[in-house]
Amino acid sequence: MSVIRLENVGFTYQKGMPDEKTAVSEVSLTFKEGSFVGVIGHTGSGKSTLIQMLNGLIKPTAGSVFIDDEDIWSDTSKLRDKRFKVGLVLQYPEYQLFEETVKKDIAFGPRNLGLSEEEIEERIIEAAGYLHLSPELLERSPFDLSGGEKRRAAIAGVLAMRPDVLVLDEPTAGLDPKGRKDILEVIDNYHRKENKTIILVSHSMDDVARYADTVLVMNSGKVMYYDTVEEVFKHSSELRETGLNIPTVTDILLTLNERGIGVDTDIYTVEKAADTITAAVKREVHI
Amino acid sequence: MRDITLGQYINGDSPIHRLDPRVRLILTLVYIIILFSFKSILQMILALVFILIAYAIVKIPLKMLLKSLKPIIPIVLFTSILNMFFISGDVVFSFWKISVTKQGLYYAALMSLRVICLLAGSSLLTYTSTPIELTGALESLFKPLTKLGFPVNDLAMMMTIALRFIPTLLEETDKIMAAQKSRGANLDTGKLFERIKALTPILIPLFVSAFRRADELALAMECRCYNGGEGRTRLNELRLKRSDLKATLVFCLFCVLLVLAGKI
Repeated sequence: MSVIRLENVGFTYQKGMPDEKTAVSEVSLTFKEGSFVGVIGHTGSGKSTLIQMLNGLIKPTAGSVFIDDEDIWSDTSKLRDKRFKVGLVLQYPEYQLFEETVKKDIAFGPRNLGLSEEEIEERIIEAAGYLHLSPELLERSPFDLSGGEKRRAAIAGVLAMRPDVLVLDEPTAGLDPKGRKDILEVIDNYHRKENKTIILVSHSMDDVARYADTVLVMNSGKVMYYDTVEEVFKHSSELRETGLNIPTVTDILLTLNERGIGVDTDIYTVEKAADTITAAVKREVHI
Repeated sequence: MRDITLGQYINGDSPIHRLDPRVRLILTLVYIIILFSFKSILQMILALVFILIAYAIVKIPLKMLLKSLKPIIPIVLFTSILNMFFISGDVVFSFWKISVTKQGLYYAALMSLRVICLLAGSSLLTYTSTPIELTGALESLFKPLTKLGFPVNDLAMMMTIALRFIPTLLEETDKIMAAQKSRGANLDTGKLFERIKALTPILIPLFVSAFRRADELALAMECRCYNGGEGRTRLNELRLKRSDLKATLVFCLFCVLLVLAGKI
């Protein structure tokens, strides 16, 4: 198990040039073992830059990244080992597929780990199981698959490395509602079964509210909130002011409140929202 | 990949940025020809001063110029050393079998200055012109060739598209490299053959995406009824302004100065 800790991490693109741009600044936080963290923020709030620093793809221009209390940039020869602990699924991961068959593509990561052939085979079967890839599909060329299948094959390629921390950058972008749900269920399932840390970047507050236990809100490269889902969505009106989406039910409840119907607004699940609305309706009817 | 400063455009609003790109292109070409046709060190120093003044006008930090000069340092050193040791003439000092001559030192300095000016001059062109401006300038300059049946318009469109996709493909390469590195791809170490093999996971997705992009672009162009370059007009028509004339005059003055410097 691995714990990622960030200390005063910052990143500036084109440092020292006339067009330098600070993407991330002064981020200090710890991703707890076994937690499911939802990362939200505007486009350009530094989410993608931040997560690429978690496995050493980009070197922070300020501060340090620690994995298990070890600065990942202190010894660059060990950087590759760190990458095996933190599995990163970038945006549109299907563009990384390159092998002749899906199976060979999934084997790429485990083979780089230096595993034995039997072990690789085992990993492929396990990852394919999680992502519902049929044995027949494994033998096909990744370029012949549908969009959703490609996405799942690419995620399987990272999952097969059995990372302690799985980081996903908008894994559902551009998929249809069923594809989105399938992928989120897969991630949730992996989280529950293996108890590994998940860091999920998403634009959908509903997804974050549903699956995550912790929320990290990024705003202009800084941490705005980093707390449990309950605590963060207590600030729903502030979130709405900064132009971020909030869970649909919370949005409805806030609007009801503004219209003078007294309902609880610290709610982000459909079930609880139904309860408070029913209670409010009962009250109104009595009057 | 992003550290390459040579050939990069730097956004700005200096008098040089505002010049007609054709003027910028031609003046740069003349500047380069001058560098190779004049042979006195005084002229080279003047040429260097001239280009440095131009950099000051554009407000490009000197640090950036130095950074773009970095890759050519070995070439400069190599030619200087060769010149220093192998040109015969009046010996300044010598040890063992090697002797350094006055003429050798002179040519070493001349060559280094020339290479530095050459790079600084051509960098200034790309720093201040967008690729689109440059193709526009080339298209306009080659226009007379259409009469000879030379497809200038198509060529210009091809160049525009090619240049337009350089940053896109670089970005794509960065992304694919990041993805494969995340899966443990080892790109930095190993024997030559292993390193070439390690490029497959990057090249294949890159080609696939380049073809996809080409398809999409062709479709988008057809949707907007693109049918060859004949008779197309440009969004930004190139027109010579008074400032272009002034810049050319300043440059001519500089040329005269150089010729005079050669007479001394």
